[in-house]
Amino acid sequence: MQRVVVLGGGVGGTLAANLIARKLKKPIAAGDASVTVVDVTGSHAYQPGYMYIAMGQERAENLVRPEGSLLDHNVNLVVGDVTRIDTAAQAVELASGERLPYQQLVIATGSRIVPEELANFDQEAQHFYSAEAAMKLRKALDAFTGGKIVIGIAGIPYKCPPAPLEVAFLVEAELRQRGLRDKTEITFLSPINRAFTIESVSEMATPIFEEKGIRLELLAGVGEIDAERKVVITDAFEEHPYDLLICVPPHRGAQVVVDSGLAPKSGWLPTDRHTLQVKTVAKPAPGQADADVPRYANVYALGDTTDLPLSKAGSTAHFEAPIVAERVAAAVLGREPEGKDASYTGRVMCFFEVGDGKGTLLKFDYDHPPKPPKPNQLWHLGKIVFNKTYWPTVPKGRV
Amino acid sequence: MTETTTPQVSRTIDARGSFCPGPLMELIRGMKESEVGEVIAVLSTDKGSKTDIPKWVGKAGHNLIGVFVRDGYDEIIVEKVR
Repeated sequence: MQRVVVLGGGVGGTLAANLIARKLKKPIAAGDASVTVVDVTGSHAYQPGYMYIAMGQERAENLVRPEGSLLDHNVNLVVGDVTRIDTAAQAVELASGERLPYQQLVIATGSRIVPEELANFDQEAQHFYSAEAAMKLRKALDAFTGGKIVIGIAGIPYKCPPAPLEVAFLVEAELRQRGLRDKTEITFLSPINRAFTIESVSEMATPIFEEKGIRLELLAGVGEIDAERKVVITDAFEEHPYDLLICVPPHRGAQVVVDSGLAPKSGWLPTDRHTLQVKTVAKPAPGQADADVPRYANVYALGDTTDLPLSKAGSTAHFEAPIVAERVAAAVLGREPEGKDASYTGRVMCFFEVGDGKGTLLKFDYDHPPKPPKPNQLWHLGKIVFNKTYWPTVPKGRV
Repeated sequence: MTETTTPQVSRTIDARGSFCPGPLMELIRGMKESEVGEVIAVLSTDKGSKTDIPKWVGKAGHNLIGVFVRDGYDEIIVEKVR
C-alpha cells in the first residue's frame, strides 16, 4: 500500500491532492494507494478575497467552503492538528494521538500571521490578513473622516507581496470618491530600497504613487508602534504619526515544521527550487554547493511554506502543485517524472490592482522577471472574474 | 578598502544564497538583537546588498565600517550605534 499524505488544505494542498488522486486513479481503485489530506480546520478559505472585504466589495461568507467539497472523491480528509512530522519513521502525528504513516509526504502548511511579535500591533494596527481583520478595517475606513493614513509592512516575507500597494491605491481612490482626499495625507512605508521587491514592478508602481500623491518612504520597515503618541517608528528610527495605521503583520511558517526539525525558526521550509523536494538542512555547509545538500526523496513542499524566493501567493502554489503531483505519482507508480510538470520553473502569475477600476498582470518565472503591461480595465476585470470563478476551477485542477 | 582598522566582529550573519531583500532584512533583525557597540558582519552574494545595506545603515544612523569584496561574496561590516 502506497500512502500519500498531504498536510494542509489550502490552494497548494488541495490542488496537489486532487491532481495526485487523478494520476493514481487505478492503484487507488485497486486498493494499492491512498491519498489523504490533513487539515486543521476542515474548511478552505480564499484568502485573496480578504482585501476586497476591506474595500467593501466582498462578503466573508463567500470566501470559505468545506474542504471536503473541493476534494476528489478518491481523497480522504482528516480534520486534525499535526503535531510532529517524523521523517525517520515516515509518519505524521496528530494532536488526537492518531499516527498516519506515509510513503510520500506533501507539506503545504502555509504561512501564518504573528501580530503578537510586534508590541501594540493588535490594539493599534488595522490589516486585511483574515476575514475578521478585514471587516474591522472596513469599519475603520467607514469611520475615517480625514487625517494621516500610514500603510506599512512589519517584516518580509509576507503573503501576497502586491497587497499593501494595492490597498494604498484602492484606499486613495475610495477617499477621493468620498471627497476626503484633500483632508487626508497617505504615506506608504516600504521596508526595502524601492517600492516593491521585483525591480520591474517597482518601476511600474513608483509613478503611480506620485500620480496619486501618496508619499513613498523607502528603507522604512515598521519596527515599533508607539500607541501613546500614535507614531510608527521605522527600522531606521524615523517617526511617522498616524490617525489610521494599516500594517502587514509579521509572518512565519507553520510551527510544526520547526518543531519537527525541518525548518529554521522562521518556519520557511528549505526547498529545492525545481523538484520541490524538502532539503535536509537550511543552508549548505561551508564549501558545499546547494546542489550537494541532500534532499528528502519522498518529502515535498509547496505554497507559502517554502523558502523559495517567490511570492507567497495562491498563484505560486497553483503552479507548483502539478510538479508535486507528477513527482509523487511517478514515485508511487515506479517511473521517472515526465513531461512539462517534471520540474518547476518558478512560474507565477497574478493580478495587481491600482485603483479606479484598473489593474495589471505580473507574470514571471525564475529566469524572466515580470513586464507588467500599462494598467487598464481589462486586468482589473480579469482579477474580478478570477475571484468569482475560483471555487469550481483552481482547487479542482480545471485551470 | 584596507582592513587594518577593522574592529573585532562580534557577530556574523551569513546571508549568502539569500536574494534581495533577504540580507538587509537579516541585518535589521540581527541589529535588533544586538547591543550598542557590537560589530556585525553580513555575508551576501546578492549584488543589491552593496548599495542597499549602506543606505539603510546611513539612514538608521549606524556606523558603516566597510564593504569588503571576498571570494564570491561581499562582507559588509556595521557597528550598532543606537
